[in-house]
Amino acid sequence: MSARLALVAAVALALLAPAASAEGGASLTELEKQVMCPVCGTLLQLAESPQAQRERAFINRLIDEGKSEEQIKDALVAEYGDEVLALPPDSGFSLSAYLVPIIAFLVAAVALAIGVLRWRRGDSSGAPPRAGPGPSGEDRDRLDADLARYDL
Amino acid sequence: MSVRSSIAVLGVLAVVGLLVFGLLSKGSSGLEVGDPVPVEPLPRLKGGGSESLADYRGKWVLVNIWASWCIPCRDEAPALQSFQQRYGGPGFTVLGIDTRDLSVDGRAFVERYAMTYPQLRDGNGNAADEEYGTTGVPESYLVDPRGKVRVHAIGPVDEEYLREEVVPLLPEAKS
Repeated sequence: MSARLALVAAVALALLAPAASAEGGASLTELEKQVMCPVCGTLLQLAESPQAQRERAFINRLIDEGKSEEQIKDALVAEYGDEVLALPPDSGFSLSAYLVPIIAFLVAAVALAIGVLRWRRGDSSGAPPRAGPGPSGEDRDRLDADLARYDL
Repeated sequence: MSVRSSIAVLGVLAVVGLLVFGLLSKGSSGLEVGDPVPVEPLPRLKGGGSESLADYRGKWVLVNIWASWCIPCRDEAPALQSFQQRYGGPGFTVLGIDTRDLSVDGRAFVERYAMTYPQLRDGNGNAADEEYGTTGVPESYLVDPRGKVRVHAIGPVDEEYLREEVVPLLPEAKS
C-alpha cells in the first residue's frame, strides 16, 4: 500500500514540477537546454566560452527583469536570428523540419505494407515457380552420365 | 529500363547530387580582390534603420568585420579609429560590421574605443559567413567607389598595414 502511495506521489510530483517551474518564471537551466551558443555552434548548456558567458549574462538579466521563457527566446532571436534556437520554430518553412520525417516514415510504412501484401499474395496463389528454359541436350547427357557414375 | 531500375537510378543520382552540392558549398571561397561587395542591407548597431554598401557607392570604404568578444578586434580598434580620424571624409570611411554579437556588447565596444565611424550589425553571422565568406574575425575589405574589393586583410590590421596597403589607393591621400 505504501509503495503504491509513494508511486502516486512520485507521478504527481513529476507532473506538477514543470507547471510549478513555469509559474515561477524562466530559468537559466531550462533555457540553456533550448538555445545555442551561436559562436560555439553547441547547446548553450555545453558551452563554456566567454561568448557563452555573455549570452548567459544576457539571459540572466532578462530573467531578473521578469521576462518569460518565450520573451527571452524572442530577445535571443532578435539578437542572433533563428539559428539561436536549438529546435526550429514550428511555423513557416521551419515546420518542414518536423513534417518531413513524419511524411518519410508514413511513405516508408505504406511502401513496406504494399510490398508485404504483394509478396504474400504472390506466395499464396499456389502456382509453382516458373521454370527456366532447362538444360540443353548436351548438358542433360552429361548430367545423366554423372548421376550414373555416382550411382545416385 | 524497368520502372524499378529507373527509381533506383534516380535515387542514386539524388544521393550523388546531394553529396556534390555539399562538397561544392563547403568549398566555396570567400570574397576576393576584384569581386563586387555584398549589398544586402544590415541594421545599424545604433540608432535603428539599416544601411547597405550600395549607399556608399562613389566612396572608398574600409569594411571591418569584428565582434566584441574577439581579442584581436580590440587590438586593431584604436588603429582603425585613428585611420578614420585622419582619412575619413567625403571620399573615404571605415565601416564596421559587428558579427555574432549581442548588440549591447557591440555598443559598449564602440563606446569603449570611441569609434566614430558607422557600425552595422550582423547578429546571426550570415553576412560574414555567407556573403563575405570570412574565415573568422577580424577581417577587412577595402572597397573602391564602384563597389569592388581592392584589398582583403585576414586578421587584425595595424597602422603600418593601413599605411602601406590602404593609403596608396586612396586618391585624397595621394594628392
